[in-house]
Amino acid sequence: MRPARLRAVIRKEVIQIRRDPWSLGMAFAIPMLLLLLFGWVLTLDVNNLETVVYDQDRSQRSRDLLERFEASHYFHVRTRALGWGEVERALDSGRAQVGLVIPRNFARDLERGLVVPIQAMVDGSDSNTATIALAYIETITARYSAQVALQIAGSSGPPPAAVDARLRVWFNPDLESKDFVVPGLVAVIMTVIGGLLSSLTLAREWERGTMEQLIATPIRVSELIVGKLAPYVGIGMLDVLLAVAGGTLIFGVPLRGSFWLLLGFSLLFLLGAVGLGLLISARSRTQLMASQLAMVATLLPSFMLSGFASPIENMPQALQIVSYAVPARYFVTALKGIFLKGIGLRMLWPEALFLAGFAAVVIALTMQAFHKRLD
Amino acid sequence: MRDRLRHLIVKELIQMFRNPRMRFVLFVPPLLQLITYGYAFNLDIRCVATAVADLDRTQETREILRRFERSGYFCFQERVGRAADLAPLLDAGRIKLALQFDPGFTQDLRRGQPAALQILVDGTESNTAMIASGYANRILAQYNLELQRAAVGVPTTRSGVPTAEILRDRSPAVELRARAWYNPDLKSRNFFVPGVIGLVIMLVSLQLTAMAIVREREVGTMEQLLVTPLRPIELILGKTIPVALISFVDIALVTAVAVFWFRVPIRGSLLLLFVAAGLFLLSTIGIGLLISTVSRTQQQAMMAMSFFFMPAMLISGYLFPIANMPPVIQYVSLLNPLRHFLVIVRGIFLKGIGLELLWPPMLWLLGLGIALLTLSALRFRTRLE
Repeated sequence: MRPARLRAVIRKEVIQIRRDPWSLGMAFAIPMLLLLLFGWVLTLDVNNLETVVYDQDRSQRSRDLLERFEASHYFHVRTRALGWGEVERALDSGRAQVGLVIPRNFARDLERGLVVPIQAMVDGSDSNTATIALAYIETITARYSAQVALQIAGSSGPPPAAVDARLRVWFNPDLESKDFVVPGLVAVIMTVIGGLLSSLTLAREWERGTMEQLIATPIRVSELIVGKLAPYVGIGMLDVLLAVAGGTLIFGVPLRGSFWLLLGFSLLFLLGAVGLGLLISARSRTQLMASQLAMVATLLPSFMLSGFASPIENMPQALQIVSYAVPARYFVTALKGIFLKGIGLRMLWPEALFLAGFAAVVIALTMQAFHKRLD
Repeated sequence: MRDRLRHLIVKELIQMFRNPRMRFVLFVPPLLQLITYGYAFNLDIRCVATAVADLDRTQETREILRRFERSGYFCFQERVGRAADLAPLLDAGRIKLALQFDPGFTQDLRRGQPAALQILVDGTESNTAMIASGYANRILAQYNLELQRAAVGVPTTRSGVPTAEILRDRSPAVELRARAWYNPDLKSRNFFVPGVIGLVIMLVSLQLTAMAIVREREVGTMEQLLVTPLRPIELILGKTIPVALISFVDIALVTAVAVFWFRVPIRGSLLLLFVAAGLFLLSTIGIGLLISTVSRTQQQAMMAMSFFFMPAMLISGYLFPIANMPPVIQYVSLLNPLRHFLVIVRGIFLKGIGLELLWPPMLWLLGLGIALLTLSALRFRTRLE
C-alpha cells in the first residue's frame, strides 16, 4: 500500500462527495430529522386515550367512577354515547379506542351489596396501547371497588390493611421513551449513513463505466478499498458527534459513561457498516440492486434485530440466533450501557471484540470479492 | 400512442427481469421484511425476568408471590437472601424487575397498616417497564381489594385472605368485564403484519420509480428516449405502469403470506384492499416521480428517498400512535398517504369494516394521489423540455 496512491483515491472520493453537496447535506439532514422525530414526536407512552362512555345509570356513583378515569389522565372521555350502537361505531371508526359501559341500576345494586359488572372494550388492533390501557382500567376499577365497599359498609372499624407498592424505576426513572430510544438511534443513523452511502460507490463506477479507468491505473485493491472506506467513515463519525450532541444537549438524554469509549465503539461499528456497504457494492453492478440489497442487509437488521425497537428476548429462537450475527445488536447494547447505565469496557469487552472481528472479516471479504477485472 | 406505450412498458419489464439477481431483488426483500416484522416485532410481554428477595417469608408474602407467578407475566428466575443482591442482577441485565419484601411486612399488614412492597424495575426499555409495572399494580390492586373486603366483615380463609368464592354476593363490588375487540389475544403480530403491506408497497414503488428514471439520466440513455417520438405523458406512463404492476404482485404476495403463514385474520373485503392499494400507489408513484425530478444521480435519489421514507414511516401510526404526537405533527401527518392507507389496511384486516366507514381515508388517498401526480408530471415535463 503506497501512501501517495491511497491519498489520491481518498482525494478523488472526497472531491466527488463534495461535488454533490445535496447527498452530503442529506447525510446530515437525515440524522437530525430522525433525532428530532424520536426525541419530540414519537412515543409509545399511553395517555389521553379517546374514550367513549355509555353511562346507563347516570347516578352519583357512576359519575364518581368516570371521574376517576378522567383524573388518571390516561383516558380522555370525550364522547358520551346514548346507546350500544354508538359505542360500537366509535370503536369501529377509530374515533375512540376505549369504550366503557356502566349498567342501569349500578348505584342501587352496589348499595344492596351486589357484585355489579361494568364493561370495558379496548381497541385491540394496537396491541401495545391496548395492553397498557387494560392494566390501567383494571387498577382504577379495583381501587374504586375497594373504596365503595368501605363506604357502603360504613367505615367504622379499623383502617383496612393494604399492600403499598413502592415502585422504583432504575436507569430511566421517568420511563421516558426517548432515553431508551435515542442511544439506540445512534446505531440506526450510522447504519443508514454508512450502509446506504457506501453501497453505491463501487456500483456507480461500474454503471457509469469509470471502473475501467480505475482498473487501468496502477492502483491496488487494498488502496482502493481503504480509500473508499475512509471518507465515509469520516462522515459517519461526524454524524455520531451530531447525534450525541443533539441527544444530550437538546433532549437531555444522560450520558453517564465515557464519551471516548462511545467514540471508540462508534468507530469500530462504522468500519464494519461501511465495509458491508462496500461489499454489497462490489457484488452488484447496478445502483438499484445495490440500494435494494443495502436496505435488506443493513437497515432492516439494524432496525429490527438489534433490540432497538423491540426486545430481543421476545423474538423466536431462530431469529435470536440470527441476531447474534447482527453487529448493531452489540453496538446498541454498548450504547445503552454507556449512555444509561454508565458501564465501561470491563463489562462491554465482548461487544467490542465482536465489532472489531466483524469489521475485520467484512473488509477482508470485500478485498476478496473485488477483483480488478472487467468480467 | 397505445402501441408506443406498450412497447415502452415491455421494454421496461424486460429490463427489470433480465437480470436474475434483479428478479430476486424485486420480490425477496418484501417477503424478508414481512417475515422479520412478523417475527421480530413483538412487544407482547409474557415472561418478565424477575428476582425475589423475600426477607419476611410468611404466608402472606408467599400468597402475593404466587399471584405474581400465576399471572404468567412474571418468571421468577432468581431468589436471593439479601436485598443488596438485587442491584447487580439489574445492572447486568439478568432481570428486568425485582420484588422485595422487607422484614415486618406481614406484621404491618396484620396490624392494618400499609405494608411496603418494594418493586424495582429496569427502565431502559421504557415500554416493557411500563407494561410490567402495570401488571404488578393490577395484581396488587386485586389483592388489596380482597383484603379490604375481608376487613369489612367478609369471612376469610385461614391465611387472612378471602377466597373469591366466599366473597361472591357477600359484599358490594365493581366487577370489570374487559374485552379487547378486533384482536382478543392482543397479539402484536396482528397489529404489525398488515401494516407491513403499506410499508412494502411504498418502499418498492418509490424506489423503482425514482431510480428507474434517474438511471436513464445518469447513464445517458434519457437522450435516446427523448429523440424517439414518445411524448412526455407516454414516457411517464411507460415508466410508472410497470412499477404499479410489480407493486401489485408484491401486495398479493405479502397479503398471502400474512394470511396463510402468519394467520392474521382478514375480515373485510379483499377487493377493497386492492382498490385502496391502487389509490395509495397514485401517491407513492407521484412522490417517486417528484424525487426523480430533483435528483441528478441515483445516490441523490436514494438519499432523498430515505429522507422522505423514514419520517413518513414514523409518523404514519405504523409503530407510534398518532394520538400521542404533538398537534402540529398530527396535522402534518394528514398529508402522509401511508397514514391513511394504514387506517384502511387495519380496518379491513382486523375490524372487517367496509367503505361506509373507510370512505374518508379513501378520499384522502385519492386527493393526495391526484395532487402529487399532477405536480410531478408538470415538473417532469418542464425538466424534459
